[in-house]
Amino acid sequence: MKINGAQIIIESLKKENVEYMFGYPGGVVIPIFHQLFNAPFKFILSRHEQGAVHAADGYARASGKIGVVLATSGPGATNLVTGIATAYMDSVPLVVFTGQVSTNMIGNDAFQEVDVTGITRPITKHNYLVQDIKDLARIIKEAFHIAGTGRPGPVVIDVPVDISNAEYKFHYPEKVDIRGYKPKYEGHPVQIDKACKLIEASKRPVIYAGGGVVISNASKELREFVKITGIPITTTLLGLGVYPETDALSLEMLGMHGTYYANHAVNESDVLIAIGARFDDRVTGNIKTFIPNAKVIHIDIDPASVSKNVLVDVPIVGDCKHILSVINKMIKAPSIGPWVKEVMEMKKNHPLTYEKSSSGRVKPQYVIEELYRQTKGDAIICTEVGQNQMWAAQFYKYTHPRTFISSGGLGTMGYGFPAAIGAQLACPDKRVIDIAGDGSIQMNIQEMIVAVQHRLPIIVAIINNGFLGMVRQWQQLFYEKRYSHTCINFAPDFVKLAEAYGAVGIRVSNNDEVGPAIKKALSVHNKPIVIDFEVIREENVYPMVPAGKSIKETIMRELA
Amino acid sequence: MKQYVISVKVENRFGVLARVAGLFSARGYNIDSLTVSATEHDNISVMTIVVRGDDRVIEQVKKQLNKLIDVIKVTDHSDLPTVQREIILIRVNAPANKRSELYQLGEIFRAEIADISPKSITLGMKGEPEKIDNFIELLRPYGIKELMRTGRMSLLKE
Repeated sequence: MKINGAQIIIESLKKENVEYMFGYPGGVVIPIFHQLFNAPFKFILSRHEQGAVHAADGYARASGKIGVVLATSGPGATNLVTGIATAYMDSVPLVVFTGQVSTNMIGNDAFQEVDVTGITRPITKHNYLVQDIKDLARIIKEAFHIAGTGRPGPVVIDVPVDISNAEYKFHYPEKVDIRGYKPKYEGHPVQIDKACKLIEASKRPVIYAGGGVVISNASKELREFVKITGIPITTTLLGLGVYPETDALSLEMLGMHGTYYANHAVNESDVLIAIGARFDDRVTGNIKTFIPNAKVIHIDIDPASVSKNVLVDVPIVGDCKHILSVINKMIKAPSIGPWVKEVMEMKKNHPLTYEKSSSGRVKPQYVIEELYRQTKGDAIICTEVGQNQMWAAQFYKYTHPRTFISSGGLGTMGYGFPAAIGAQLACPDKRVIDIAGDGSIQMNIQEMIVAVQHRLPIIVAIINNGFLGMVRQWQQLFYEKRYSHTCINFAPDFVKLAEAYGAVGIRVSNNDEVGPAIKKALSVHNKPIVIDFEVIREENVYPMVPAGKSIKETIMRELA
Repeated sequence: MKQYVISVKVENRFGVLARVAGLFSARGYNIDSLTVSATEHDNISVMTIVVRGDDRVIEQVKKQLNKLIDVIKVTDHSDLPTVQREIILIRVNAPANKRSELYQLGEIFRAEIADISPKSITLGMKGEPEKIDNFIELLRPYGIKELMRTGRMSLLKE
């Protein structure tokens, strides 16, 4: 029996056990929406395509499944670009369908036509333009395979409207065979052996774990590795939660706004064990002064990440989970007692801290601490980008993977709230909180109605300082305090705005009100809650390693 | 900067050239020459890319090429024994009193006379890229009116 292209898409998604699809209609995708009307999976209608792709991304990060998106051609597709790039930078698996004008119109500057495969080429793991109905099912099968395996990433399928309407018999391939794509999962035994010997002989080792550990679901193996070896561990922003930050051996986050002890331990290490991390410039600072005395072991599934920024002594290309489980079977603990003691001293003497509020004004760090305390560390924290993101990373303590969801690589403002919608749909029993800034939240506030419509009790904690705070902080520290266009206190009333959408709005202007407001928010279970925390305006994020500098130049606190 | 010769076997599909070229252009690298051609397999094409660059960046580009789904195999021919060929078409000024000299020169290089006009002569020649460089230098004094090269093809020796 023949069915049309739109039906083939629906049938293929059924085969892939898709639970949610996120998107927005438009002219050339009407045939697909026609079939979605009675599809067995749920369609979440965003209010802007960017909201749809971020929601799919949040869904993917929270669930470990593949996020699926559908948007129309032209502006629908270009509105997805930021979201696709966000997912690409953070290795999030997405399959994104875009409508395209009819094949005979392509290249004619037709209405709502853009070259989607051209635009998305450098920000996708792979992309397709479907030119023949016969290829459609195979392409969808391949797209899911490519998105979810190896180093995951977004795959775009551009579907011309005549392909959606063309008819062909449906056959969904069982297997995928792409000769140019054979991801390697098992690490080379010789390299694994070398790594074990190097670790066993080390005196000052540190583990540096990243988002790759989350992606490969290797948190359990990582914890076991730490347990066996007793090596202190720091994580990247995207690695938060892979190892409990409440444990003594956790040095929490490293990098530009990382802890003193994480950065110093890494820099004074003799062996650095990088696992699913890629030596981003926000981690290394000045690459020339980074880890002067360390030999580097790098476990990563992407060979292109190895020796890209930092020369690696022992590369192990493959899946973290698999490699760690092999290492755990053979490794012996190194004798590193004095080193661990030294690191623990650092941790004691230079804790992550801030000056408590004396004026009664709200301290942003206190808001995060209180969120942590009242949720008992059990929430899924999504963030926007900027100061809110860094405080959320520093002052909430993460103990489980997939509980911190943030745009790390691209640093996309406006990501957190739609991502929270996706995360809440993926984990209906969890409390999902978007820690936002007053700047970022306005970038995708239109998605509020989606959260209201689906009765999602997401808490949006706006750290409202009336500034684009992180840029203002840089202006204060490095640009003579010239606050050029970062003051945004000409702002909407966020409480009324929440209420206008049918959400709950709470305003907090005093430090004493922080606790009760969060308590009240946590008692709401059927609609989103916006808390407008009016915080001290010029609070900064510390410690801070200025961009491109060495950790010796770390700014620890406000200079008088 | 060192010159690299990279041979890339790819799926014979639309868009592959743009993907490969994009990896170089995204890094601000100008490709010296690029040939794309058929191979012994219907559905596989081969690209020979000649590019100058810093070795760490080239190393990175090679890894990124390998990551492309449509790329089947990447081989760096820069330091391996290869046979290389290129074709040139070159048009030089040829007044009557210089023509016999040009014929002789062409004969030495086994060039063919591809076209001839009252003022100029067009020579076609194939050979190793270095031989082509020499040929150009010897023709330069006559006045080169137009020149084009195919870019090199490179095959590993067995």
